[in-house]
Formats: sequence, C-alpha cells, structure tokens
Amino acid sequence: MPSGADLIRQIKERIKEIDPSQVHELTSNGHADETVLVDVREQHEFEESHLPGAKHVPRGHLESRIEGAAPDKSQRVILYCQSGNRSALAADTMQQLLGYENVESMTGGITLWKDRGYEVEVPRSLTPEQRSRYSRHLLIPEIGIEGQLKLLDSKVLLLGAGGLGSPVALYLAAAGVGTLGLVDDDEVDLSNLQRQVAHTNDRIGVPKVDSAEEAIKGINPDVKVEKYKTRIDASNIMEIIEGYDVIVDGADNFPTRYLLNDATVRLGIPVVSASILGFDGQLSVFVPHEGPCYRCLYPTPPPAELAPSCGANGVLGVLPGTMGLLQATEVIKLVTGAGEPLVGRLLLYDALAATFTELKVRRDPDCPICSRDPGEISDEEMGVFPDYEAFCAAAG
Amino acid sequence: MATVKIPPVLRPSVGGVKELSVDGSNVGEVLRGVAEEHPATQSQLFQESGDLNRYVNVYVNDEDVRVLQGLETAVGPSDTLVILPAMAGGTL
Repeated sequence: MPSGADLIRQIKERIKEIDPSQVHELTSNGHADETVLVDVREQHEFEESHLPGAKHVPRGHLESRIEGAAPDKSQRVILYCQSGNRSALAADTMQQLLGYENVESMTGGITLWKDRGYEVEVPRSLTPEQRSRYSRHLLIPEIGIEGQLKLLDSKVLLLGAGGLGSPVALYLAAAGVGTLGLVDDDEVDLSNLQRQVAHTNDRIGVPKVDSAEEAIKGINPDVKVEKYKTRIDASNIMEIIEGYDVIVDGADNFPTRYLLNDATVRLGIPVVSASILGFDGQLSVFVPHEGPCYRCLYPTPPPAELAPSCGANGVLGVLPGTMGLLQATEVIKLVTGAGEPLVGRLLLYDALAATFTELKVRRDPDCPICSRDPGEISDEEMGVFPDYEAFCAAAG
Repeated sequence: MATVKIPPVLRPSVGGVKELSVDGSNVGEVLRGVAEEHPATQSQLFQESGDLNRYVNVYVNDEDVRVLQGLETAVGPSDTLVILPAMAGGTL
C-alpha cells in the first residue's frame, strides 16, 4: 500500500492542476462566470478568508453537496484548499467517482495565492466574545452566523418601554439586536413594577427610557440604545420611525396605533403588534403590502365603552411578559427570515383558559391606507381618528 | 347550537360568562339570539339598521364573516363564533 504522501503524489499525476496566476487571470478578467471556483477547506478556514467569488463545499461533504455548487458536470470546476493537497484529492473523487469532466486543482492553495499578493475576501464574522455570547444561536441552523449578523445589523424600535416593551427590550438586547430605539415619555412608578420587568425599585421616578437603557446595557453592553422621551404623534412620527427595520407596537391607545399603522404603511416598515387586557392578549404582524394592515383588521375604532384603553385597566402581571416575548420572537423571525411570521393571522391568548386561538386576517381591497400607493398618503391623512379624545373624555 | 365566544369587554353584558351556546342557522340569527337573551349587547353588536357595527369583528371558526356572507353566513351546531373587539392596552 502506498503512504499518504505517495498517494497524493500519484493522484496529482492523474488530475489536472492549475497555477494560481492562471486562476487569477481567469477571475480578474471576467471569465469566472463559466467556471465554478470551489473552496474545499473546513468552515473556519473559509470564514477566515477565501478567494473572491469562491463557493464553499468542505471536502468532507463533497459527494453530497458539490452538485449544489456545480450542477453541470461538463462545466469547468477549479478546486482549491490551503496548500493544494485536499483539493487534489477532491478533484480526483469528482473525476473518478462523480463523473466531472473538467476539474482542476489549484497548485499551492490559498497560501500560494496570498504569497503571490492576490486579493482574498475576508467575510464578516463575530468576535470571540460574540461567538461565546451568541453560541446557542449559532448552533441553530435557522439563525447561525448569518442570522446573528443580521440581528447585530438590525434596528428595532419599541413603542412603549412599559409592560410589553420591557420583556421585548430585555430579550432583544440579549439576542444581540444592534440598535434598540425606545419611545416613552413616562417615568417609572411603583405600580409599574408588578409587570414592567425592565425597571427596578431603585429607579422609581427615573424616565422609563433611561431605566430601560440601564437594563439593556446590563445584559448586553454592545446594544446601541436610541432614546426618545416623548409621546409619538403626527408631528414627530416620521422623523422617529424612519430608518428602523421593525417596530414593536405596545402602545396603550388607539390613536397611536392607527397613526403608527398609517406611517409604517407609508414607509414600508413591518410592525409586530400586541395588546393586552386582563387575562387576554392579541398578537399579529403587519407587513405593509405583503399582508393586511391594522386598518384592514380594525377598520373603525370601537366606541369608548368598548375601548378600555381610555383609562387604567387591570392586567395580569405576567401577561405582557407572555405577549411581549411572542413579539420578540416575531421580531427575530422577521430580521433573520426564519420561519413563518404571524402575517395575515391574529393570535388570541386566553391566560385563564390556557388556550391560543388563531384567526385569519385578510387584506381589505378597499383599505383606506394600504390599498393605495404609499406615496399618495399625505401627512394630513395619517392617523385620522375623528372625535376620539372627545369620546374618551365622555367615558370618564 | 353554535358556541359563541364572548370577549372580555362584552362579558359584563352577558353575566360574566366567556361562552354562550345559541341557536341559529346563520351568523345573524345566532347574534340576534345573543342580543335577545342579553339586551345590553344589542347596541354593542348591531347598528340601528340591523347591520353589524363596523368595529365588531365576527369570525366563524377562524374566518372573518366579512369575507364570507356576513350575517348570512351559515352556522352549524359544531361551529364556533368569535366576537372580537380591538384592544389597545400595552404600556398600561
């Protein structure tokens, strides 16, 4: 039996090799389209750096994955590795066992390529600390490194830093969302602490945006926090929400919910919406023009006696936790593209019965907002909600 | 008899229960049955014209009756009607 070194020598004699200068010429003058360049090294080697435009098929997965990278067996395929041995073995397998007609192995691998001074691509990656912090995300294929990078790049705005906003802020900070915007004009009150878990006893009287920032930074100091200590209204909404990727709606009143809907449809920003009352919660995701909007679901606000948001109402302390974490989950799904977002569906949670009910929500073809070209929605039309304050006042 | 799920805001008008069993072969008959038994719900569910109030969403099982036949939508004994009001609580 030949030694390993002998075997590699024999294989190199029966396969075709190509010099890095020829590969460089091929890739730099635009002939790369007809050729598939494949890196056969391990994941961590590929992540460190690779040839520009190279596809990645680790040698260990060659037989099962090469057809994904090079479906046409008569196509020219150039393989490379670190020094030219693994790619030679892989080229032999492709030629002898898989029937590829035009395979070459690059001499000297990426080491020689770099020695010649040719460029490599250094993909974005995580720092060792981030790898450790997000290791449980990296282990789930639906998130992985790509999903984690998306989360780190994402900007999520939380409307309200109270019952729903607290759990959303804490878990999205932990998940590594890059920027968290917080809109809230209120201060922490003792009566908030039964459910608003981002705030603490020693921060009573502190603005909620400052208190929530402290909680966020305590979990994950890398998160950038943008604070808006204000109440959102027609005069400031466009300025505040523009540039965010997702908005989490935990507003406590109907005018804000309609205003937010109209502005986000205009700007094409998805909204993860939840509301709570007593032991009941509702949740849905509104992605402008892909699914229905808030006005498709609720074309008209209810009158004061059926609109308990007008005054203070009781709520089970853990309920905003349950609903807020469902919101945080939907945000992560929207950012990473994993799973089926709750678009066109309304989820009802009854905490006392411990039941979830799912209802279908259809786009209204005559919706006054989302059936139109977003450019046609004027500032004056946004959040139009006649007489709301009057009937809230009437309800006392 | 169809099952009608009563939302929290309407429960005080029906004696505090979460569900009612009501006779009727379509959505209109079932909901009018609710209103007859519990008159306080009449103005919450219906306009004076007899149409549903626009702010009340009604579903037969999981489908909005607005995309079915509205009050004429057929209802069988094993169907569930969900009456759904908008809620706005959040930061509370």
